[in-house]
Amino acid sequence: MAALYEGYTLCGLVPDQNVSSSGIQGIEEERDSDHVVVTDSTRSVTLYKVSDQKPLGSWTVKQGQKLTCAAVFNSQTNEYVAVTDNKVIRVWKEEDILLDKAFKATVSSDVWKVHCTHGGEPVVLFQRGAVRLLDSLLAAPQQTIEEVLVQEEAIRWSTIILAETQQFVIFTTEQKGDHFLYLQRLNPNSLQRYRLEREEPGLSPLSFSATYRDKHICLLYLYPNGHVYKSVHSVRGLGTEEGAQPIPLPRTLLLSLPVVDGLLEAASAMALDEAHVAVVGVPHPSAGAGKDFLCIWNTNFQTVQAGKEMAGKLYGQLWSYSNKVFIPHGKTLSVIPFECTKSSLAAAVGKLRHAPASVPSWNNILHGEKAQPSKSVETRRTRTRKTQSTPNLTIDQVLELIKTAPVEEIQKEVEGFLTRADLQDLQPSVGQLASTLVSRSLADPAFYSSSTLTQLVHTQCLCHSVCPDLVLLALEKKDYFLCQLCLQFFPDIPEAVTCACLKTFISMPDVDAEKVSLEPDSVSFMETLISREHAEAGLQNGFSPIFLEEDCPDAVRGRQTKAEDKEKASAPSKLICPVGLHKAALLNEVLQTAYSEAFLLPHLKDLSSQHVVLFLQYLQFLYLKYSQDALPQMDGVRSPSLAQIMDWVCLLLDAHFTVLVMTPEAKGLLLNLHSFVKSQVRLVSELGKIEGSLQELNKLKVKESVGQYSIEIIELF
Amino acid sequence: MGEFKVHRVRFFDYMPSAIRAMAFNSCTERLAVARSDGTVEIFNFTDNYFQEKVIPGQDGRTVEALCWVGQRLFSAGLNGEITEYHLENLRPRYAVEAYGGPIWTITSNSQGTQLAVGCEDGTVKIFAILEERIQFQRNLNRQKGRIISLGWHPSGAQIAAGMTDMIAVFDAETGHTTHRLLVERGVGASKNKEVVVWSIGFLSNHTIISGDSAGKVQIWDGLTGTLVRSYLVTRWDVLVLSVSQDESSVIAGTSEGTVIQFQFISSTVDQHEKEWVRTRTFRNHSHDVRALIHTGTAVVSGGMDTQLVVRPLLDKVERNTQESALRKIAFPHRSLVGCAKKAGLLLFQFPGHLELWKLGESEGHGKPGDCLPVKRKPEKLIELKRKGEDHICCSALSACGGWLAYSTVSSVCLYRVQYNSNNIGIKKVSKLPKELRSAHQLCFSSDSSKLFASSRQSSVIVVAVNQLECKYLHTLQHKSGSRQPVHLLFASDDGKWLATANTDCEIHIYNLHKLKLHCMVPVYSSCPTAIAIHPVTSNLISVHADQQIFEFSLVQKEYTQWSRKLQTQGLHSLWLERDTPITHITFNPRNPDHIILHDTFMFCIIDQSLPLPEVKAVLCNQMTLKSLPVPERIGQSHAFKICKNFQHLMCVSLLEDLSLVVVERPLLDIMSQLPAPVHQKKFAT
Repeated sequence: MAALYEGYTLCGLVPDQNVSSSGIQGIEEERDSDHVVVTDSTRSVTLYKVSDQKPLGSWTVKQGQKLTCAAVFNSQTNEYVAVTDNKVIRVWKEEDILLDKAFKATVSSDVWKVHCTHGGEPVVLFQRGAVRLLDSLLAAPQQTIEEVLVQEEAIRWSTIILAETQQFVIFTTEQKGDHFLYLQRLNPNSLQRYRLEREEPGLSPLSFSATYRDKHICLLYLYPNGHVYKSVHSVRGLGTEEGAQPIPLPRTLLLSLPVVDGLLEAASAMALDEAHVAVVGVPHPSAGAGKDFLCIWNTNFQTVQAGKEMAGKLYGQLWSYSNKVFIPHGKTLSVIPFECTKSSLAAAVGKLRHAPASVPSWNNILHGEKAQPSKSVETRRTRTRKTQSTPNLTIDQVLELIKTAPVEEIQKEVEGFLTRADLQDLQPSVGQLASTLVSRSLADPAFYSSSTLTQLVHTQCLCHSVCPDLVLLALEKKDYFLCQLCLQFFPDIPEAVTCACLKTFISMPDVDAEKVSLEPDSVSFMETLISREHAEAGLQNGFSPIFLEEDCPDAVRGRQTKAEDKEKASAPSKLICPVGLHKAALLNEVLQTAYSEAFLLPHLKDLSSQHVVLFLQYLQFLYLKYSQDALPQMDGVRSPSLAQIMDWVCLLLDAHFTVLVMTPEAKGLLLNLHSFVKSQVRLVSELGKIEGSLQELNKLKVKESVGQYSIEIIELF
Repeated sequence: MGEFKVHRVRFFDYMPSAIRAMAFNSCTERLAVARSDGTVEIFNFTDNYFQEKVIPGQDGRTVEALCWVGQRLFSAGLNGEITEYHLENLRPRYAVEAYGGPIWTITSNSQGTQLAVGCEDGTVKIFAILEERIQFQRNLNRQKGRIISLGWHPSGAQIAAGMTDMIAVFDAETGHTTHRLLVERGVGASKNKEVVVWSIGFLSNHTIISGDSAGKVQIWDGLTGTLVRSYLVTRWDVLVLSVSQDESSVIAGTSEGTVIQFQFISSTVDQHEKEWVRTRTFRNHSHDVRALIHTGTAVVSGGMDTQLVVRPLLDKVERNTQESALRKIAFPHRSLVGCAKKAGLLLFQFPGHLELWKLGESEGHGKPGDCLPVKRKPEKLIELKRKGEDHICCSALSACGGWLAYSTVSSVCLYRVQYNSNNIGIKKVSKLPKELRSAHQLCFSSDSSKLFASSRQSSVIVVAVNQLECKYLHTLQHKSGSRQPVHLLFASDDGKWLATANTDCEIHIYNLHKLKLHCMVPVYSSCPTAIAIHPVTSNLISVHADQQIFEFSLVQKEYTQWSRKLQTQGLHSLWLERDTPITHITFNPRNPDHIILHDTFMFCIIDQSLPLPEVKAVLCNQMTLKSLPVPERIGQSHAFKICKNFQHLMCVSLLEDLSLVVVERPLLDIMSQLPAPVHQKKFAT
């Protein structure tokens, strides 16, 4: 999220007769980010310390002479370089008081601009497109300067960019309504010419801004119709075909700024970082037609992230050095600190609470809490932008609301309340909210707010005893997801309710179950469990429960079933889950709930024999899976343990044994279960045998360490 | 058999010193091992790795390197001298100052005519080997920096010298350097540390192999002076290299205690070009491997952890035989403990001193397996420091505990010990007969009236000792012509017989009444490791390095019936597979059928009245017998009663009161006294 902070004035402006110009020719960074050199459009160059808002030095050329390009600071030599009257290059130091006494050299061709990167050597760009390093130029000032541009071509804008160690002079030209971009690489020199795609006829770019990032030069340009285009050009791919036909420069529309009436006149766009663009002289999208705004747009989300109305006329000029924007407006040059933090979608749509860090404002420090006109404007604007939201409600108000308001509103308010409230004092209020919701839902069959309840359960502050009707309500409303959550999070579900859940789940048709959206972890657990059917059926400790079926007495089963079983035994990996994926996930939740046998047993008797058989089949499936594969308790995923499965098998058998014995379709199942039990008994007895020998180890007398000397009795036979 | 009261003694702080250098004589299969205290030990690899000779060390004499030339053994050390050893007298024959500062290495040419030593001052000095001595011949061109290691080309024409940061190759004739091979330093922090070439091998195809302190084993082409391969094998130092006789295998010992084998083989099956490939890693040591020998069938290694390890190469020996078993030699093959049976005293022999201890006493009785309460703790009566620079080579304590003697290579000292309840007095016998100059082995007669000292050329000097004077009586000399030193002496209880055994495997019996040779026991091919004469039957029991036991009747001058039976039936295979020799034999005065013998890991009471164990019988059957009811035991029991309750035995003896004394020196105690090994990152540390 980007933010513009309180700005402050660096200096006043003397706009010259031509009203459209701010009177500032250029602002260049000096020795560090806190010093800038401001060149006015006529005769003087001033050095400012930005944080002090104070000029440190000023140099003026003689009357009659005119500065034709912004002064730059050569940090290698601590010298300033400027050009007067197009041809005279002047170089001076901070100690030099009189500019006229400083070094000057006259060159043979008109200079467009002198550019200098921080720490780099100044580069002179001539009006006819030639480029020279300052040193080599001053070594022979009268050297002939070649003409790069054709007759009617003229430079409109230029800049210099440092790409790692390589300097690039970038300039744009106009020739009969066509615009071209030149990329001049220095050392080794190479020049490349691109043609900018034509916008609507007659429109020429208002401003350019070039940045270097990740081995690419990114050019940003703004047209009067509000379109901001971006062209990215790889530094590496620069060819050296000079004089060839200009290559069209690919561009993408980055932003389409709102232009209320007609075209933009004095506006400019400047890239602040990869996602943020500062735009000046363009109307704020939510503040009418006034163009006197400085806005920061997020190009990813196409939103204004910060905006500031500037007092006075804007000139479409904008500079930015190290998180400060320099903007001339009206009769002042203002410095506005800004901050561009990484945006998330949540922040972009205003969901994320963003507390702007308070940056000390010079106005506040110097003049106390005096209301600033710009500030008042800003607050007004932001106010209007805010959606008409009700003030934060207290718990009682929310409770009142729940009793009457529609579902959506309740959802919004509860959500708001939950985000506001502290987790510590959430416990009682969540309970109140939930029980109020449940009681309204019970009273009003049309009313049911699943998502709100889900949210409340998710806080994990609820338990069954706080609102005893919740689970049953969820069952009634077929909100199985909520049921699942309750089974997961409630520590105190009574056995009757658990059983009710079980009954509902087991009787639910698989088709319905698959439509239910469930907690993804539980589903994925079942998925992996089932998908392991394809995995190799490994033996655990050399123990394969399937093969123990051979132990079953032959007399008990008919030949046919035996053949079937054999088939089954020969292909243990073909285990098929008797219930659907989602149903299994729900049943797993039931398996994992806490219960006490005595209370559960009577309720279990309510299950129909059909369901019992199905459930037993499912439990058998789980048991086989568990003993066949390496324990599937996957990293941290909630899953029923083998002991839980076995306990449920026992419980079910206890509750329904007589019924099952009588049910013909349960016979095979019972036989299988019998073989499990047998194998378990055998395993336990084997373990018992081992225990005997292990205990012998325990009995072995630990030989006390013999000291230096002892007298012992031995006997030989 | 019955119950025994056992004095379990663990206060003998025997500490072997680190192995510093080794040399192997492949003709005689003798391994010479030099320890850091200057002791040189000779192991006979053909005779079950028996440690047949020990040349005691001397203060100030260190051995940095050993070298066999034919049957002659040379050593060089940091004292700057080259020493040749007298292997029959077990002492240095002479020492020659090399005048080059400390000597780091010594090697001979393959012809055995010259010795080369590498000196601190940067010279390689060549000595000619003459009949009785060595003579300085010349210096090779002097280098800057010490010469750490030498490798002599089998042709004798070139010598490679390992130095710091480089290897210099000399023309042995002219002494000029022909190549300088620059050895790269370690990476990282050790970049600034100079790299020391610790060891060099020079093969007949002019391949030079070097091991250095940066942990590299490098293969160089000696003709062109170029590096062929470099193997980084350790983070620490490669201290020693050894090349097999056929030059197809090289082993390198590192500071980590590993031995790494490289073999000259084709790296892929279909490739004919051979190259040096790292093949095996042996990890048998906890500390620096300082000395390494590649015999035809085994890797022999030794180092800071004091153990000599023989690791057979399983591709060279038959599997699952005794030959293929790993062997660790941690204890000397001779007894360092003397026991006064009548007085209950123990004498511990250290290189620098002797300790005389009085055993403790217990009260009451216990049942088998019990520990009795100790009424009186054992007590160190005397700690006797030796005189002079030479280390103690042998010592003896008379049965009554009244006499104590020790010998170095230069002198014999005899002390009178007087001990009553709480007073201890010791008096040196000042005037000893001049014949008693040095001894390889000392022994008192059972009535403490005579001292026997084995001297040069297998002779035994008999000296009478009593309160007043010490008188030379006789020199016993055999006529077999063997000049090998006597390493075992035993005087019979009745004072009539004296048995000696030398490293030529000969056992001689002298009649002390007549002071002349009684007989010589038929020579057996393996060296005796313990001999004793039975107090009642006057039969000689001898146990040999190959674990054979013989009983020889001195009266009939023939092997006894029992011995013949034992030989016909053969000893049990488990008995023969033990890898430590029997070092001591005693008898049970109450039961003449009992012979008590021990090695490092067990002691055994042989009951001659019982049948010998069958081939398929369980040899160590004590546990079985224990579980059987008494009447059935007789049917199951056999002559060998083996007890493994006590380990790392230095001595097992039976006192007059029929209580056993076992002196243990647990390996762990030795290990815990070693310096910390180099740090190795282990899992979860």
